[in-house]
Amino acid sequence: MGVGIKVEHLNAWFGKTQALHDINIAIASNHCTAVIGPSGCGKSTFVRCLNRMHETIPDAKAAGKVEIGEMDVYNGTSAVSIRRRIGMVFQKPNPFPTMSIYDNVASGLKLNGFRDRKRTDEIVERSLKYAALWEEVKDTMHKKSGAGLSGGQQQRLCIARALAVEPQVLLMDEPCSALDPISTGKIEELIFQLKEKFTIVIVTHNMQQASRVAEFTGFFLLGKLIEFDKTEKIFTTPSDKRTEDYITGRFG
Amino acid sequence: MANAISTDFGAAPISLWRRGKDVGVTIAAVAAVILVLAPLGAIFAYLVYKGIGSINWAFLTQTPKPVGEAGGGMANAIAGSVLILCLGSVLGVPMGIGAGIYLAEYGRNRLGNFIRFTADVLNGVPSIIVGIVAYGLVVLTQKHFSALAGGVALAIMMIPTITRTTEEMLLLVPSQVREAAYGLGVSRWRTTLSITLRTATSGVITGVMLAFARVAGETAPLLFTAFGNQFWNWRVNQPTAALPLQIFTYAISPFDEWHRQAWAGALILIILIVVSVSAVRIAASRGMMKGN
Repeated sequence: MGVGIKVEHLNAWFGKTQALHDINIAIASNHCTAVIGPSGCGKSTFVRCLNRMHETIPDAKAAGKVEIGEMDVYNGTSAVSIRRRIGMVFQKPNPFPTMSIYDNVASGLKLNGFRDRKRTDEIVERSLKYAALWEEVKDTMHKKSGAGLSGGQQQRLCIARALAVEPQVLLMDEPCSALDPISTGKIEELIFQLKEKFTIVIVTHNMQQASRVAEFTGFFLLGKLIEFDKTEKIFTTPSDKRTEDYITGRFG
Repeated sequence: MANAISTDFGAAPISLWRRGKDVGVTIAAVAAVILVLAPLGAIFAYLVYKGIGSINWAFLTQTPKPVGEAGGGMANAIAGSVLILCLGSVLGVPMGIGAGIYLAEYGRNRLGNFIRFTADVLNGVPSIIVGIVAYGLVVLTQKHFSALAGGVALAIMMIPTITRTTEEMLLLVPSQVREAAYGLGVSRWRTTLSITLRTATSGVITGVMLAFARVAGETAPLLFTAFGNQFWNWRVNQPTAALPLQIFTYAISPFDEWHRQAWAGALILIILIVVSVSAVRIAASRGMMKGN
């Protein structure tokens, strides 16, 4: 089951440049929440703060309160244990190039010391089925390298890899920006099904995508959360002028 | 039809000038390859021509005979070289790879720059001086020449090459691959060893083999460390024969028989290097295929 996310007074910096200003947001469990906004508005930084990936960049830091379910992300929990419970899918598909498809999916388990082979087989199969990749790779997954798949397949492989560690939350940072419309459609379909089991936060440049997959949408501008509401409301009757200007294409 | 756009690009004839350039550059590239390969081929061919006649069972299994006696071989020197190279690799490879990992993953600071500079300078230090250092470090403290001292000298020579190539190869691994591992909740050291280093394996092995092949033929650093030995020796704390030393001694001697044996020794040395480098490459690519 997914869990909700509560963010209070979150600030983030790259060196001396402040990238996020006082973000407050409550993300509902088992729903998909979209984060939209123009390039450089801090939306990627925002999701990377949720699983403390932000701090892996030299000179980057974040402060504030983030609660994921019962877990206090910035207080008393190690970054590694947080990331084990939050899956992440990146903008560019990034399978491990030297590993087979199977090993890619199993990597999160193996690298964290999970040794039960039979159980791993089951989890790999289940994860590949979740990611709608099982039928395409089941015969070749032990031999074929993850890097040998097409871009869309690679991204679904990365989703399977993220799901294999059974996270409660799935963060997707522009997962379709490098994909063609057919692969994008497959991944959006996937998001619909995954919502039942996980809480999903998706960053997207594509406003149609946000309106298709997400129940809630947050609009970021210049490091601030301008508006956060039901997706329908944001795209039909936004309460902020800047949101309206952005979604109607007056800038951005 | 005045505004019709021609889509028939294939019909446009390629100008003679462009075709000429194409041919010219291709010829230049092939010539460069031949120029690079020619010395290697020439050396190998000449070694085979001069050395093959003196290679026989006795050469590979016997120790040197005293001056004036015919026959004898370099078996002890071949074994000694293998021993010293193993010692050098055991000492040098982990240290070089370790330092390379530090530089690539944590070395964006003053200490990192200092290590990088040190490695580059060390790379340029004449090998005879490395021999003197090993003499001071090991021979003087142990009170006698030894295979270990030779191994230390070779290790010192291997480390900078391995360090720098390991660093370069790890930096070539895209940061997205590291992020993927961090995103799965894999700790930093585990990511470095199981993901980054593994992704860069073939490049790191190239660096190791480059360093290995370079020191395998070194004579100067062994002169007053391993010292040489006319007899069998397997103990690391005793003077030990080595192929380069034996070749050196035999080549500057006034005896024709020794000259012939020196050629044979040189041929064996180059075969030893080629075989070990290829073996490691094949083993590594097998391991990569298996995914472990």
